Amino acid sequence: MSLSDKDKAAVKALWAKISKSADAIGADALGRMLSVYPQTKTYFSHWPDMSPGSAPVKAHGKKVMGGVALAVSQIDDLANCLLELSERHAFQMRVDPANFKILSHCIIVVIATMFPKEFTPEAHVALDKFLSAAALALSERYR
Amino acid sequence: MVEWTEQERTIITSIFSSLDYEDIGPKALSRCLIVYPWTQRYFGAFGNLYNAEAIKTNPNIAAHGVKVLHGLDRAVKNMDNIKATYAELSVLHSEKLHVDPDNFKLLSDCLTIVIAAKMGSGFTPEIQATWQKFLAVVVSALGRQYH
Repeated sequence: MSLSDKDKAAVKALWAKISKSADAIGADALGRMLSVYPQTKTYFSHWPDMSPGSAPVKAHGKKVMGGVALAVSQIDDLANCLLELSERHAFQMRVDPANFKILSHCIIVVIATMFPKEFTPEAHVALDKFLSAAALALSERYR
Repeated sequence: MVEWTEQERTIITSIFSSLDYEDIGPKALSRCLIVYPWTQRYFGAFGNLYNAEAIKTNPNIAAHGVKVLHGLDRAVKNMDNIKATYAELSVLHSEKLHVDPDNFKLLSDCLTIVIAAKMGSGFTPEIQATWQKFLAVVVSALGRQYH
């Protein structure tokens, strides 16, 4: 399920419309993930506050979307551009890769709530493929 | 047995009472067929599914989307016994329709996205959690009679 030229164009077109709200999307998606999938909280036990809208959640959501922005900008070479992040997730944070799917779903839900008109089924399939490809690149260094 | 708080029951019944089945049903099913094209395997007799536009305007798909959504009504009306309520439907999906139960999750994710798009910021994390819990119970019940 690799990204076709059409997929890449659709992702870039969608990103152009939503990137101004990247920080808000990240914060909402992360906050949602922590409350809808409480098992994900296990990775953030060092935060004083894991509630949606809290400072650590906002800051980290921004970071996550920074990674997404990076991936969009180098959409032709996800494996290389996410290599360093993959190593960090694999060796430092040791995040179970199953969670990438969970966060991707939350990002998609947030985009649907914030951009209902732009998030057509065509945009949805392209973004879903893109996030899956990014998750795969993030899993690259695990074993 | 699945436990529901009063708040969860209210959230689910409230979402369904404000639902336009004729709008949401077709949107959810057509989105599923577009985002997860392998799900089209079950709709060979439904006519033109050649591209996204064809799927979105296909009247058979639209009608079926409405049907599926009305099927969820049964769960809303029998929240304390969803497993028994769907036993027959589960047998149907397994023995007659031969639907891979993984597909139930795909459709339920698309339904979640369509509801999220409709409710906007009203689709809070708490409501999302309750909604997804409800759909997970339905999905589990639909897969229960497979053998």
